[in-house]
Amino acid sequence: MVDPFEPKMTAFVCNWCTYAGADLTGTSRIKYQSNVRVIRLPCTGRIDFMMVLKAFSRGSDGVIISGCHPNDCHYTSGNYHARRRWMVFRDLLDFVGIDLRRVTFSWVSAAEGAKWAELVNEATNNVRALGPYKEIQQLAAVGID
Amino acid sequence: MTDLKVGYYPGCSLQGSSRDFAESLHAVAKALSIELVEIPEWNCCGASSGHMLDHLLSVALPVNVLLKARKAGLPQVMAPCASCYNRLATASHEIATSPATKAQVESVLQTSIDKLPRVLNVIELLAQVSDRIAPKVTKKFEQTVACYYGCLLVRPAKVTGFDRTEDPVEMDKLVAAVGGKTIDWSFKTECCGASFSISRSSVVGRLGAKIMQDAVKRQAEAVVVACPMCHSNLDLRRGEINQQLEHKTDIPVLFITQVIGLALGLPKKQLGLGRHFVPVKFPAKPLAPPTVP
Amino acid sequence: MSRIGVFICHCGENIAGTVDVAAVTQAALDMTGVVHAVDYKYMCSDPGQTMLKDAIVEKKLDGVVVAACSPRMHEPTFRRTAEEGGINPYQCEMANIREHCSWVHEKGTPTTAKAIDLVRFQVEKVKRNHPLVPIRVPVTKKALVLGGGIAGIQAALDIANTGSPVLLVEKSPSIGGHMSQLSETFPTLDCSQCILTPRMVEVARHPNITLYTYSELEKLDGFIGNFKATIRRKARKIDEKLCNGCGVCQQKCPVKKIPDEFNEGLSNRPAIFVPFPQAVPNKPVIDLANCTYFKNGKCKACEKLCPTKAIRLDQEDQIEVHDIGAVVLATGFKTMPVSNFSEYGYGKYKDVIDGMKFERLASASGPTGGAMKRPSDGKTPQHVVFIACAGSRDRLKGVPYCSKICCMYTAKHAMLYQHKVHGGQATVFYMDVRAAGKNYDEFVRRAVEEDGVKYVRGRVSRVYEDDGQLVVKGVDTLLGAEPVEIRADMVVLATAVQAQNDAEELAQRLHVSYDPYKFFAEAHPKLRPVETNTAGIFLAGTCQAPRDIPETVAQASGAAVKVAGLFSQPELTREPIIAVVDRQPPPVFSHCVGCFLCKSACPYQAIEEESIKNRNGDVLKVVAKVNPGLCQGCGTCVSTCRTKAIDLQGFSNEQVFAELMCI
Repeated sequence: MVDPFEPKMTAFVCNWCTYAGADLTGTSRIKYQSNVRVIRLPCTGRIDFMMVLKAFSRGSDGVIISGCHPNDCHYTSGNYHARRRWMVFRDLLDFVGIDLRRVTFSWVSAAEGAKWAELVNEATNNVRALGPYKEIQQLAAVGID
Repeated sequence: MTDLKVGYYPGCSLQGSSRDFAESLHAVAKALSIELVEIPEWNCCGASSGHMLDHLLSVALPVNVLLKARKAGLPQVMAPCASCYNRLATASHEIATSPATKAQVESVLQTSIDKLPRVLNVIELLAQVSDRIAPKVTKKFEQTVACYYGCLLVRPAKVTGFDRTEDPVEMDKLVAAVGGKTIDWSFKTECCGASFSISRSSVVGRLGAKIMQDAVKRQAEAVVVACPMCHSNLDLRRGEINQQLEHKTDIPVLFITQVIGLALGLPKKQLGLGRHFVPVKFPAKPLAPPTVP
Repeated sequence: MSRIGVFICHCGENIAGTVDVAAVTQAALDMTGVVHAVDYKYMCSDPGQTMLKDAIVEKKLDGVVVAACSPRMHEPTFRRTAEEGGINPYQCEMANIREHCSWVHEKGTPTTAKAIDLVRFQVEKVKRNHPLVPIRVPVTKKALVLGGGIAGIQAALDIANTGSPVLLVEKSPSIGGHMSQLSETFPTLDCSQCILTPRMVEVARHPNITLYTYSELEKLDGFIGNFKATIRRKARKIDEKLCNGCGVCQQKCPVKKIPDEFNEGLSNRPAIFVPFPQAVPNKPVIDLANCTYFKNGKCKACEKLCPTKAIRLDQEDQIEVHDIGAVVLATGFKTMPVSNFSEYGYGKYKDVIDGMKFERLASASGPTGGAMKRPSDGKTPQHVVFIACAGSRDRLKGVPYCSKICCMYTAKHAMLYQHKVHGGQATVFYMDVRAAGKNYDEFVRRAVEEDGVKYVRGRVSRVYEDDGQLVVKGVDTLLGAEPVEIRADMVVLATAVQAQNDAEELAQRLHVSYDPYKFFAEAHPKLRPVETNTAGIFLAGTCQAPRDIPETVAQASGAAVKVAGLFSQPELTREPIIAVVDRQPPPVFSHCVGCFLCKSACPYQAIEEESIKNRNGDVLKVVAKVNPGLCQGCGTCVSTCRTKAIDLQGFSNEQVFAELMCI
């Protein structure tokens, strides 16, 4: 009996808003699916999109990126840079052939504990429906990493 | 001088109650080498009824007119009636700023709208050719007048995009260009009662009285207008106005085109000066300043 | 080879109830580099912390992972503990297996698996942690206060009283600002100058305050604790040491008809002048644009007649550079000009005036000696109309914000008028009455109940002149929008408070953010109202937003405390989570190619240019350098860098990718 597919989700979050929001989810005891692993960064501006590609190549089936709402960045403008990069990177991902539905880009503030849970559940469900992300792993099998 | 070809939208008033405006306009246009090309098969602009009853109708009617103008190859359309001007300009502005309205109108008119002709009022047109006026002046118009703009020529600012809204000066400049003196007064855009002329003319009497009183007090010998309604409320309704004034006034009301026509030496008959209710004569006796009624 | 210790906390039942802590401990022991793994009921407790310290010593650990609650909760706690145990505090990381795991998932294998993964991530990260040292930045203990109004005066006095020297720079020839122009202040109706001038004198006499009037800040280089301020001391053309303030020069100056700025143009002043009798310093200044000598070389009457020979017509501006540790911006406001108001005459009616002009009319030291005389013909106005919200709360033609002080000063003006003209009538056209301070609402009630001021709720559509009076056409909305027409003798507009004309230019020069209305931006609207996003530059008064005098004084003191706090330590200590541009041995010197994309991405101007030179002084390469005093550690520059020459300590590329390798 094959275990049902459980997607591996990686989340890149900023320390001041989304990480704090996720903490609030915990304090409020709101339950969500446990597939996600959070990488804590000071700011979404720190996200180099090579990290996203690395997450996929290491076996993530889906990626979540979340930071402070526009205008609320703890470092003033890091989230704007992340957003700009995402606009460009999105087209590149698409061009390369990666299914954009596997990447979720969102803003979660420190007060939005419920939103974090909702975001994780929704993203996980979406990726579960898309199935395991085999393409990059297949590339690795032929020596391209 | 090259002919300036401009689309001409007479509307209902220029053919009817403001025939003098039309006559003087045509005479002056000819003298200044402006060709007024009447828009073929033009329809009603909607006027007040249009925008009070149905928004889509009030936009579609003027747009239809402008499309006909564009089809006739006219980049600019001049509407001498200030109300027609305001409706055409407002509809044009709506098309430019509301994609939803544009889509609706396109569906109603069964055509796509790319660029509509620019809409001008009579003052804007004359300002465009103001350098042609001064050389042709044969008899300076040496009177002191009050320029009355009314409510539709310069407002709302984002639709008309022309002149100052509270204290406009473009008509004053035209009068000065033909040798006239204009008074500095604060009733340039004060309400005259507009279409209450039909339903409650005493209101027009009261509001018009305030306007005329101030003009006379500041030694104006005439009031100059650029709108058929302004003219009719201050001229045709002079009786109602005088009823509300302690000291009656008989200073005439002239269209700006008539003023310019006089300065260009055009015959009075051509300028329709005989059609006024208050006889056009200069100098009107300056009356003692009336006391507050 | 790493020697990592992993400490798994039960947190009572909070974690242990859902996560199999024994399994996590076992899994941790199996991870490469982990030499010690235990679980304990409460890691943050005293025994828990002692256990951690002991383990560090016994097992010679060089890195610690505490798997427990959120690092936002206890990272500082455990970092301190680790330091006490003998390792660098930055070699301690936390795995969040409570808020992010045990509290949000059901008990079961996936949850324990997640906890193990989270621990593994942090183990891999901590292996790549560097021992970081807090950054120490030296601080010059001298403050620069820019602006000599009540805000600047208060800030300067407070800072000076803590013992630090202050340089107070004011653009005009005297300090005092707008407050010195007011007649009385609400809600007490205290004489403004009576309460202000003692402070002005205190500033002049204070041993810790250096007062530079008629001076401007030309340039501000440097960063927090280490600014270099270039000040231009404009030439007054007077030797201040010799001048004794006798005033003969002003009496004898032949150029007498220059509109007096202090009196808002209601009177004239000579070309050599002192702005007002209580000016500090009480030394005159020559208005070069209007002085006959400076225009065409003639006159020199003042020079000939000065009894102490204090006139120095050849005096030059002086440029000085000062070392400064902190700056307080207190540059004040202006009011919207009356000429802006098309419905009220475009400024052409002499008797349509603004609030500032009214203050000068009402002031005992003003051009009319405090008598109510209208500007056009000097007659006493029998009916005065006050129009509130002139330009404020007006999205279409003015500014959308409320100017805060006008409701109060309009009530004050109406009351002063009624006190001075007993038979007169003041009418105020208002939208709302905003009187939210202490004793403020009572003050407005006094105006209505005791002084008979009429309040009409409605706006004024037009003011025009008729027969020497002003016709005011408004509406009374409380009577069902009934039109109201008043024939007034004078109209006073409560015009909007705006930022100074040169506020934008100053903000850009100082790298301080500002809003669309050119008011300087605070670091956080609720919790950091006196700081800017530029470290070391603080705000006080109306240059930040419209406000009244009590709030201004409070804010100025707040800014002063921030400065005093900065100066209270021998050095400024900062968290070492900062970006660093790499340096390599020659001939590479650095992987940085000098594109400076990072510089434009940085919100704190923390990236500088460094020229790498050879022994002859030739520049070989210009590369980026992060200022450790300014960097806040966001890491935006790191992902902007094309060559990966810049990295963030504490969240380095190596660390993040190591975490990702655990997926």
